[in-house]
Amino acid sequence: MSESLYVQLLYLACGALLLTAVLVLWLRELVVIIRMFALQGAALAALVGVLAAHENSGELWAVAVGVLVLRAGVLPYLLRRTLAGAGEARRETSPLVNVASSLLAAAALTLLAYAVSQPLVALAPSAATQAIPVGVTVVLIGFFVLVTRRRALSQLVGFLLMDNGITAVGFLTTIGVGLVVELGVSLDVLLAVLVLQILTTRMRETFGDTDLDELRELRD
Amino acid sequence: MTVLVPVGMPVLGALTYLVFGWRRATAWISALSTTVVLATAIVLAAAVTRSGPVTALSGLLRADALSAFMLLVIGAVGLISTAATPAYLREEIAAGRATARTATWHSLLVQLFLATMALAVLAANLGVVWIAVEATTIVTAFLVGQRRTRASVEAAWKYVVICSAGIALALLGTIVLNFAAAHAPGAAGLDLAALATHAPELDPGVTRIAIVLLVLGFGTKAGLAPLHAWLPDAHSQAPAPVSALMSGVLLSVAFYAILRVKVISDGALGTGFARTLLAIMALASLLLAASLLIAQRDYKRMLAYSSIEHLGLVAFGAAIGSPLALAAALLHVLGHGLAKAVLFLGAGRVLQVTGTSQINGVRGLMARRPALAATFGLGVLALAGLPPFSLFASELGIVRAGFTAGLGWPTTAALLLVLVIAAALITSTSRMLLGPPPSTPDTTIASPIPIALAGGLLVCAALGVAAGLLPILLDLATDSLVVTR
Repeated sequence: MSESLYVQLLYLACGALLLTAVLVLWLRELVVIIRMFALQGAALAALVGVLAAHENSGELWAVAVGVLVLRAGVLPYLLRRTLAGAGEARRETSPLVNVASSLLAAAALTLLAYAVSQPLVALAPSAATQAIPVGVTVVLIGFFVLVTRRRALSQLVGFLLMDNGITAVGFLTTIGVGLVVELGVSLDVLLAVLVLQILTTRMRETFGDTDLDELRELRD
Repeated sequence: MTVLVPVGMPVLGALTYLVFGWRRATAWISALSTTVVLATAIVLAAAVTRSGPVTALSGLLRADALSAFMLLVIGAVGLISTAATPAYLREEIAAGRATARTATWHSLLVQLFLATMALAVLAANLGVVWIAVEATTIVTAFLVGQRRTRASVEAAWKYVVICSAGIALALLGTIVLNFAAAHAPGAAGLDLAALATHAPELDPGVTRIAIVLLVLGFGTKAGLAPLHAWLPDAHSQAPAPVSALMSGVLLSVAFYAILRVKVISDGALGTGFARTLLAIMALASLLLAASLLIAQRDYKRMLAYSSIEHLGLVAFGAAIGSPLALAAALLHVLGHGLAKAVLFLGAGRVLQVTGTSQINGVRGLMARRPALAATFGLGVLALAGLPPFSLFASELGIVRAGFTAGLGWPTTAALLLVLVIAAALITSTSRMLLGPPPSTPDTTIASPIPIALAGGLLVCAALGVAAGLLPILLDLATDSLVVTR
């Protein structure tokens, strides 16, 4: 693969990553939000695929397939299954921050991410590390979704966005953390989502709904 | 091979519960397994003080003096908690709040919980430490939500969401640190010992980002402000033996990760950076705990906020960073673990006896249940930092070190907040213990309070009287944490 094609494909994948994150912020229908999340998983897998082709590494290709299966397949499937039991509660009714302000916040978070990531880019300037701020932006947007959304499922998506962003940063630094750590991290994330899925079901059993405004039993 | 036992033994215990379930014959397996962990911790402590760090599994696990000390804490607090568990579960089953099935799951998950904590303090690689700490969240999620009431499911949800998001920051920090390490001459990877040695070669700009993320992330799990919101809910809703473990050891295991990170930070950025960061988080935690303890109405939440206070103090000790401060902070971890475990188990018993977790609902406990009331009262005195308990010695050590290190103002502020908190704790507790008993009859619980509670208090007091009980181990553990630059 020629250098310019590599750079273009890499930035295309990063652009898709960022766009899907912003769309999650913009959309209200939970079904569509889950679809966006699956698309982001695919974009992340594409990113790893581009890196694999560039470095001609069979191991990275295998990781790309793993990312595709987990983040565009298994996790969205789990989210859809959680939603299927939800009945009425299919829309993010009233987030704490309205959509227009959320998008403005996303712009501010992007600027913040670029400002904060400067030392990371400066340490080893390359096409891949130039894109690290995109990964950091996705982390910040995920955190924003987590704190401003009320539906349990939206919060779950926020957590997973953070995780996608962190994974993207991990690959863009182009330095592996070792097989044991990588497998352990993936397993932990999968288990955390499973636990949260079971808890959403239990919340529905005890509260009848999963609007987190109902979580008012515990306060000082 | 001894390094494998603290992780392997609880896993075996978990398998036993999986196969045989919770019954009369298996009820004490849990306590047996923690006894083995404690014994191994003592053996390991002796080994590392004699001949230096021990490794296993081709360098994946590594026990130095600090790991051995943390294992002692896990073993000791674990033993108190698991020894009191059979009586607790029997009462819950008798009262119809649990079934044998719940008891099986409880025991199984507690064993896995102990295994993950042991793994966290023994892992040689920062990535594995992260995996183990996140795994503790996963295995304890259902323990927090065990009672399946509205409040406990809510607490479990908050716990998992906030802790997973917080710890995700630590993962980002780990990745960034790995990036910095790969571009340093020493090429240390994520091995903790190698990172500490090669810290001066790390790029300061990148390392600074990594340290902030790691301290915030692991700080979430250690219950330090600003990401502490899960703690009072989770600790007050979890069953008593689990609260004892979460408050007594889990918080300090997460703080152990911060201590390891601090060594790297001190080497790469000088001692000032981590000191400022930790001192701010410590004082914020103390202030928060003080403001919410003054008018606290729920005694389990009172204990939970007191955990935020004590972890804040430990963080303050780490921020000071002198050998005396670090040794005192470590002693404080052990003393707080013992006292808090006894108190949470005592609180669980008070809840079983009175049926309410409101401070106002408990009156004249001294007249109704003298032994329970005495245990609870002495535990609170220990928490408030009164002699002869070891928390007195460690708090004194931290304060002295603070003044010596030239941190006069922050230390004075911390000391004042600690005094306010101690007054609030003692006032609330005296309202529970003293006064005439109410006319309504108690639920009938005949079994005596577990001997483990008295044992925990005794050890805590003994540590305080003979504060030099663990000098060599503490010195060595402190050595690995002090960076002179």
